[in-house]
Amino acid sequence: MGYPHKPHAKEALVLSQHFGDPDARSLSGWKKRGGYQALEKALGMAPADIVNVVKASGLRGRGGAGFPTGVKWSFMKPGDGKPHYLCCNADESEPGTFKDREIMRWTPHALVEGCAIGSHAIGAETCYIYIRGEFTEPLVRMEAALKEAYDAGILGANAMGTGKRIDIYVHKGAGAYICGEETALMESIEGKRGNPRIKPPFPAVSGVFGKPTTINNVETLAAVPHILMRGAEWYSKLTLSNPKSMGTKLFSVCGNVARPGNYEVVLGFPFKDFLYDLCGGPPPGRKFRAIIPGGSSVPIQTMEEAEATLMDYEGFVAQGTMLGSGGVIIFDDAQNLPRMMARIARFYAHESCGQCTQCREGTAWMTKILERIVAGHGTYEDLDTIFDMSDNMTGRTICVLSDSCAAPVVSAIKKFRGDFEKLIPKKQGTVAVAAD
Amino acid sequence: MSGTENAAPYAPVLVGKRREELEAILKRYPTKMAALLPALWMIQDERGWVPNEGIEEVAAALDLTPAYVKGVISFYTMYHQHPVGRHFVQVCTTSPCGACGAEDVVKAFLEHTGCKELGLTSPDGKYTVIEVECLGACGFPTPVMINAEFLESVTPERVPSILAQLK
Repeated sequence: MGYPHKPHAKEALVLSQHFGDPDARSLSGWKKRGGYQALEKALGMAPADIVNVVKASGLRGRGGAGFPTGVKWSFMKPGDGKPHYLCCNADESEPGTFKDREIMRWTPHALVEGCAIGSHAIGAETCYIYIRGEFTEPLVRMEAALKEAYDAGILGANAMGTGKRIDIYVHKGAGAYICGEETALMESIEGKRGNPRIKPPFPAVSGVFGKPTTINNVETLAAVPHILMRGAEWYSKLTLSNPKSMGTKLFSVCGNVARPGNYEVVLGFPFKDFLYDLCGGPPPGRKFRAIIPGGSSVPIQTMEEAEATLMDYEGFVAQGTMLGSGGVIIFDDAQNLPRMMARIARFYAHESCGQCTQCREGTAWMTKILERIVAGHGTYEDLDTIFDMSDNMTGRTICVLSDSCAAPVVSAIKKFRGDFEKLIPKKQGTVAVAAD
Repeated sequence: MSGTENAAPYAPVLVGKRREELEAILKRYPTKMAALLPALWMIQDERGWVPNEGIEEVAAALDLTPAYVKGVISFYTMYHQHPVGRHFVQVCTTSPCGACGAEDVVKAFLEHTGCKELGLTSPDGKYTVIEVECLGACGFPTPVMINAEFLESVTPERVPSILAQLK
């Protein structure tokens, strides 16, 4: 199968093995492919045992932060007398990322199953799947899968006949990137503006409706049934070099590239092979110039850095960036990088919730400066101003949206300074020299 | 301001089947307020936007103040606070799509719909075109949403035939 193109021989298909196969969408089709055996198994296990399996597998959060999933689950204490909640973050809005969309489009029951297992593991009777409002097809697919699962008695007051209650509901967002931030997501479920909350308290202590809550990404939860069926050891051995990053990961590839789309590889895969072999290299007649590999919020890489990268959490850090959400944005040698950075900054300025001054003002100001440079009216001082501002935008706000605006922009100026200086009128430079 | 000064009297949305739907949704959450986003979607699905009467209706149903509801609406870009064209066209122009020619797709939609500029409705009331931030389909540039329909890989050349298929 494969979508939008056939899988490459070097891919490791776990989550994406049924992409492009419409038969996998229905309950009967999903069961034919081994579906819901993992949930049946999980419902017969003690929650703590499930948490231990996931811990031992080494699965880390696929939404961006890479926090160990089993450890996150272990913060929840089933039986503490409080209602617990699981929230599945399907607000996929990080520019460059479109993997959760495909999981929900092609294998909605994989996510239902993962959510149900996760709910049981953390002692939650209710799970909300928060799907961004623009994802009209994933919304329809998930609603259809949930209806099938309820009608078949897989979900509800007596899940799979075990007497356990597991309810899963879709909560439709309404257009706000920030609602992918876990505390903003909870605010949004509660019927509020999506303003992130100050942490602590962390969600496991006081989450949605003030109750203990776990928030997991779609891809993370979809991996759980495979781990339960095939074992923690199988999953923990899915690594090429790094004992801290295991499992398969979906990377979304977009921008200036021959074959955009989703690719699933074992973590630790060489980025060079990935770019030139799996993704087919640059468009005809072009060369790769720069890459933002983890969604637009992470630092940009030069091709030297990218080609030396091993694709895992630590591998990207070692080459000056982060794995993030796995949204690989590629720019070729025909792109105007400062213009792209202005566009990225504009995104964050548009999406800032406005609570923190550094973010509300900083993202807008950075956008204006970059647009001025792109229009040919910039000064050398503007570049220094951006560095100055980025100090105030990084690590000083409630959430990391502000940091996410500064990271790609500042790294691009550092690594591709010539591209920016080229757009600054020469006169500026000579005036400065004359003043000396 | 509300755009309803000369319109027919507002017929409530949250009655009959819609009311039952709302009651069922309320059972999913421990608070009434949590049903706010779903209730607003119902108003917009029926009316095409969220007029002040809809805000008052939702506020009454969920024991909230209209001011609170308005505050929430203004946070989320997908709720229309003003009437829009019958076909609401959203073209993704965030950086990955911007690197693949999204701005030409925007130009083509503006040209072929008769919308004079972004956000303005065409004189015949049929179309409103806006640029939207990341639609989450970056591998299929340029993604475009027309009401609830999601189109992938839209090029300027495809725009006339896409518009011709709309009623």
